[in-house]
Amino acid sequence: MTLSRNRLIVLVLICVLAVAGAAAYFAYAKSSAEAQMAGAPAVPQTADLDSMLTQDRVVFRSTALGDTYGKLSVVALADPSGGRAVLDSSCERVYATATNGVCITADRGIVAKYGITELNARLAPQNSSELTGLPSRARISEDGSLIATTTFVTGHSYAESSFATETILRRDTGEVIGNIEDFAATVDGGPFTVTDRNYWGVTFVDDDTFYATGASTSLGKTWLMKGSISARTMTSVRTDAECPSISPDGTRVAYKSRQGNSAPGQWRVAVYDLATGKETVVAETRSVDDQVEWLDNSTVLYALPRDGTAATTSDVWQVPADGSGEPTVLVPQASSPAVVRS
Amino acid sequence: MYITLRGTPKGETGAPTSDATSHGRSGKARIAPAVIGLGTVSLLTDISSESVAAILPLYITVVVGLGPLAFGFIDGIYQGISAVVRIAGGRWADRSDRPKWVAFAGYALSAVTRFGLLIASGFWAITSVVAVDRLGKGLRTGPRDSLIATASEPEHLGRNFGVHRAMDTTGALIGPLIAFAILAMFPVGLGGYQTIFVFSCAFAVMGVAMLALAVPDLHPNKMNSAAITTEAAATQPATSKAATSKVKVAPVRPKWSDLTKPGMRRLLIAAGLLSLVTIGDGFIYLALQDGGQIPATYFPLLFVGTNLAYLLLAIPMGKLADRVGRARVFVAGYVLLLGCYAIAGFHLAGLVGLFAVLLMLGTFYAATDGVLAALASRLVPMESRASGISAAQTVVALARFGASVGFGLLWQFTGLSTAMLVMSLGLVVAIGVAAALLHARTTRPLDESTDAGLTGTS
Repeated sequence: MTLSRNRLIVLVLICVLAVAGAAAYFAYAKSSAEAQMAGAPAVPQTADLDSMLTQDRVVFRSTALGDTYGKLSVVALADPSGGRAVLDSSCERVYATATNGVCITADRGIVAKYGITELNARLAPQNSSELTGLPSRARISEDGSLIATTTFVTGHSYAESSFATETILRRDTGEVIGNIEDFAATVDGGPFTVTDRNYWGVTFVDDDTFYATGASTSLGKTWLMKGSISARTMTSVRTDAECPSISPDGTRVAYKSRQGNSAPGQWRVAVYDLATGKETVVAETRSVDDQVEWLDNSTVLYALPRDGTAATTSDVWQVPADGSGEPTVLVPQASSPAVVRS
Repeated sequence: MYITLRGTPKGETGAPTSDATSHGRSGKARIAPAVIGLGTVSLLTDISSESVAAILPLYITVVVGLGPLAFGFIDGIYQGISAVVRIAGGRWADRSDRPKWVAFAGYALSAVTRFGLLIASGFWAITSVVAVDRLGKGLRTGPRDSLIATASEPEHLGRNFGVHRAMDTTGALIGPLIAFAILAMFPVGLGGYQTIFVFSCAFAVMGVAMLALAVPDLHPNKMNSAAITTEAAATQPATSKAATSKVKVAPVRPKWSDLTKPGMRRLLIAAGLLSLVTIGDGFIYLALQDGGQIPATYFPLLFVGTNLAYLLLAIPMGKLADRVGRARVFVAGYVLLLGCYAIAGFHLAGLVGLFAVLLMLGTFYAATDGVLAALASRLVPMESRASGISAAQTVVALARFGASVGFGLLWQFTGLSTAMLVMSLGLVVAIGVAAALLHARTTRPLDESTDAGLTGTS
């Protein structure tokens, strides 16, 4: 059978329509993206970084459409929706303490490059090094001496689509402590040796103790793990807890949790009392996929993307940690918040 | 040993049995239009799927704002379902004797998922879309390869599969380029993601349209019986086509037992054994990286390098297979893989070693992927062709999955060099067994149902 004339005409017609349709959509999407950017409500900005650095503040990643998108920013805690200082660094994830900070960077391209840039007390970039995958989480211990990053190393071959995380601990001196996957781990009383075990989302209690998520895809379980850097060990505390975050007073851990919801990608924020073992689900009913940050000992912060086509913009929300109240926006057009008290 | 295929018409061994008949045997360089058509379908479809695959991790994390756990989630289910669907697709194609339309169903299913991506938001929707896409892929592969085999003269099977695989790989290389080009043209943050999905839809639609309109609807089983009929008719006076159709032989029903005939059984065992010690290229890259030979950021470039070698060598290796024997080239491909293990596992060389590994890996795929389909298509009766190809591919996929898990465990508990050593020794044994099973070293390799293979061996 050769291609008949009629079939050829239909085929050419379909191809022309498909290409023309795609091209038309491209033109439309590009112009509407530009229009959206031009028409994006301007977030008040200030050039006064110095005054920001002398007061209690939130360091975050701007998600305001336009030139400041993805930029490292600072806003005063006293006026979180007010003028923000926008810095030059572009970050996918940000974390900061009073003494230093960390900015996880991504250079898009056919070979995407990911890196970690250390920031000084003034949030100016210092040395940077390469990371191996999509950035996910970054945390620093309160005194600034320990840094943890989690990246996703995905898609290593056509056949394997299973994900792997790499969580690296390092010191502010630049010394790499190692991948916590190499720590001796115990879950539910036995050694944790399944091959698809993964760890992510570290939070530091002090300069030795930390909490992190342990997980096995095949077992379909996650654990809140308590780790020790000096002993190079981790032990499970409870199940169904991801991306832990220790409260400033060290008494509670906030995390995202499935809460019996079998639908994947659905998480609620819960707060676990380390002394009593009591878990409290906060009043936020939407699914949160973020590592919670504590505003103070009674309030937690997390980022949520906006609905639909506005999903590239997210806001930082706050909700009481005791399960009461209602969520409200703390910092609009922001993600990856870090509360820094001067 | 000479494997006689039941139901193989005499015409099969020499003259083409398909529409290729009209081109005659003399058209040595001529590639059947169906093969070019299917190659184009795969090229367009791969542009469609790979453009999305390249940006999906970014899309899920940056735009949808989910942790990229998405990919791991469906993996386990996929491995199982894919195998079942693959077999079912092959079986369906054989039972209906309409491989084109079964392949069409698979391609169409994947095309529909592209449109799904336009409206899908959230983890569950996106993972479902990815899962359905993979089901479509599982469904279409066997029937498509059966079409390629049916449209090919037996002596050019290897080359024709090479042509198809080269076009397929070209699409896989173009797709990510288009995606990143589009992404670069949009302001940061807003993303051209939706535009990429629209382009992906357009390419998918073109691929499906190409299949529906430009690929002949071959019926291997009917053509097989027609060939027997013609042969029978040739001995009798026949004045018209109507006269020959009266002595038409009824199409033979495909049977499961076709897959366990001695020749096919040997191939399945050999391919399964080899695949059980075949670690994914991802692991080989990791091993190279472990040796400190390459920075992690160049990881994706390794895939490009391997694919490029595969793309360039698919046709030459296919031709070589046609000339010296497919089983021989198939087994030789694994010898190259052994070389990759040695270099990667024992950190034998620097940059030279790296390029050698990429080249050998690409050659390995070129020598085994299309060639396996070519081999399988000749070892089952025509009415079971799609099932046979699907079965071989499923055995390989499952065994490789097992190999990956096993290698991961070995690496973890013993260390890289030991794990590589174990796999290498296993591969040496498997190559030996496979060579014996497939008679790769004798003058009559298993796939010798044509005289083509003998020419290179004397």
